[in-house]
Amino acid sequence: MTKVEKKSGQSAGVALLPYSLWSLLFILVPLVFTAYYAFTDNNFAFTTENITRFFTATSEMRGDDGVIREVRTYLVIFMRSLKLAAISTLVCLVLGYPMAYIMARAKERTQKTMVTLIMIPMWMNFLIRTYAWMTILQDTGILNGLLGKLGLGPIHIIGTETAVVIGMVYDYFPYMILPIYSIMAKMDLKLLEAARDLGCNSFSVLKRVIFPLSLPGVVSGVTMVLIPSVSTFYISQKLGNGKFFLIGDAIEGQYINQDLHFAAAIAFILMVILLVCMALVKYFTARLVRGGE
Amino acid sequence: MKKIIELKNISKAFDGETVLDDISLDIYDNEFITLLGPSGCGKTTLLRMIGGFEQPDQGDILFMGERINNTPPHKRNVNTVFQKYALFPHLNVFENVAFPLRERKVPKDEINQKVNEMLSLVMLSNFAKRSVTSLSGGQQQRVAIARALINHPKVLLLDEPLGALDLKLRKDMQQELKKIQKSTGITFVFVTHDQEEALSMSDTIVVLSEGKIQQIGAPSDIYNEPKNAFVADFIGESNIIDGVMQADYQAKFSGHTFQCLDTGFAPNEPVDVVIRPEDVDIVPVEQGMLSGVVTQVTFMGVHNEIIVDVNGFKWMIQTTDSVNEDEKIGIYLEPDAIHIMKKSKYSGMFGDYSSYSNELDELSDPGGEDEA
Repeated sequence: MTKVEKKSGQSAGVALLPYSLWSLLFILVPLVFTAYYAFTDNNFAFTTENITRFFTATSEMRGDDGVIREVRTYLVIFMRSLKLAAISTLVCLVLGYPMAYIMARAKERTQKTMVTLIMIPMWMNFLIRTYAWMTILQDTGILNGLLGKLGLGPIHIIGTETAVVIGMVYDYFPYMILPIYSIMAKMDLKLLEAARDLGCNSFSVLKRVIFPLSLPGVVSGVTMVLIPSVSTFYISQKLGNGKFFLIGDAIEGQYINQDLHFAAAIAFILMVILLVCMALVKYFTARLVRGGE
Repeated sequence: MKKIIELKNISKAFDGETVLDDISLDIYDNEFITLLGPSGCGKTTLLRMIGGFEQPDQGDILFMGERINNTPPHKRNVNTVFQKYALFPHLNVFENVAFPLRERKVPKDEINQKVNEMLSLVMLSNFAKRSVTSLSGGQQQRVAIARALINHPKVLLLDEPLGALDLKLRKDMQQELKKIQKSTGITFVFVTHDQEEALSMSDTIVVLSEGKIQQIGAPSDIYNEPKNAFVADFIGESNIIDGVMQADYQAKFSGHTFQCLDTGFAPNEPVDVVIRPEDVDIVPVEQGMLSGVVTQVTFMGVHNEIIVDVNGFKWMIQTTDSVNEDEKIGIYLEPDAIHIMKKSKYSGMFGDYSSYSNELDELSDPGGEDEA
């Protein structure tokens, strides 16, 4: 027995080798480089100046009330990114959760069809999808044409935060619904019957059994929507008409400016903040899922 | 005795296939009643109907005199121990048992006290903080029972609760369930396909086949006075032989006329004759009423199980005598060893041991399978 196990252990190691190499080359090495650039200056001497710059750089910005103020540039940009990403994630969750639930309870054929329908847009390049939204949301676009025909008048939506949120929700929605759906589809229906048997009405079953059991799916859905929407830059440029400078735009801008070290610093800080956030979320949901343990 | 549940002419079909066919059954207060039958006989569907998870197509379910056909499960004073326990994996042992109490917003002190009482009843006091996924099958089983009992339901429904346990543990749990039922005074409705389990635990057994009730009675009645060939075959081992009731107390089968204790048949009415393997006496050929050749001997520990060819029909006999293969033996039957049944649609389907093999029997034993 032990001999066999050893052998299979070895072959597993061999099988893992290409993947380990790949991870090393394309995940670990770039991360190390990002950190290295973030903490060095143009002469590759150690410095924390890039990091400090992120927190202290100021510029004049017009606030919502029209008054121009001196603000901490990158913190404002970061908070704006976080706000739009959080709104998008919330919208995805609110739309996706009930839909995932309905899908998981539908007939098997319906389930397959719905999964395919959700995935089809993902086969298209996301730049093209964003362009499609531009033509829909423009002042003279499809949406306003439709509203005009209904006599509801044109609305100005392109270049607003709403447009950016719509773009993010559309692009990242599948990443929310699929993990929640897959966990709901696997859920043991006997547990729901047991809950009803023990005195739960439908809402109670949802609150006390379905929701806590689906939390791991919610966590991965939230992670997979929040992280790309925090760091997106293309959507905000195209649908926000460049008016909403997000943290992704800032990183891109610094690269274009040839300031790789500061770009790396922003990316590094963003990564650390997101890592901490996700660790906290994981910690709290794990406690919730395991109950009073 | 007070009727607690009455099922009146219940019928149910799934996708046009009849699962329950005109079932009428009274369940009494404080009773341990078992629904027994092979898989697909409708016993689980019947249980789910009492629990509120299925609605009958026809007929009524009465709970303490009140019609509850459309009452949802959470409003029935009935709880279920599910086949694979259905414990909540996100809650620990304590919280699983406390689940129904929290739903009713019972005060915290009371919850603590009640749950601890219940955990000690099922001997799991030291496991309160454990995760249910870390428990053994037997322990999970106890949690499921504690959780289902904590609301003190009028009726506890148990859906093949012991199916997943190994033999030794199953025997212990049988005793324990019986003890819990006695001490709580709650009516137990128990579903199983295991006839031994049914015989040893129940006050009343309901034998089901193909959606119909075949017989209702105390375990000893069901065993000693089976109503038809299906019941005789399903409960214990039986030799079921074609016969004719020549007159009261007089049955003819296998070419011999026997004295028996049965009456009430028309003269020369064709009947099924049941002889339990342990009721057959082996005697020297010249003293026997019938004679046959031993074709197979299996040592079973307490007795030998032998197959005897009597004029082409193979009998099973359980005996403590030692006999050898190919030996010619005589068979002697006391009048009370013979039980006469009316002919039914099951006549001729069971009770012949010509293709019998111990191994096959065990292989085909439907152990703990799922059932719709």
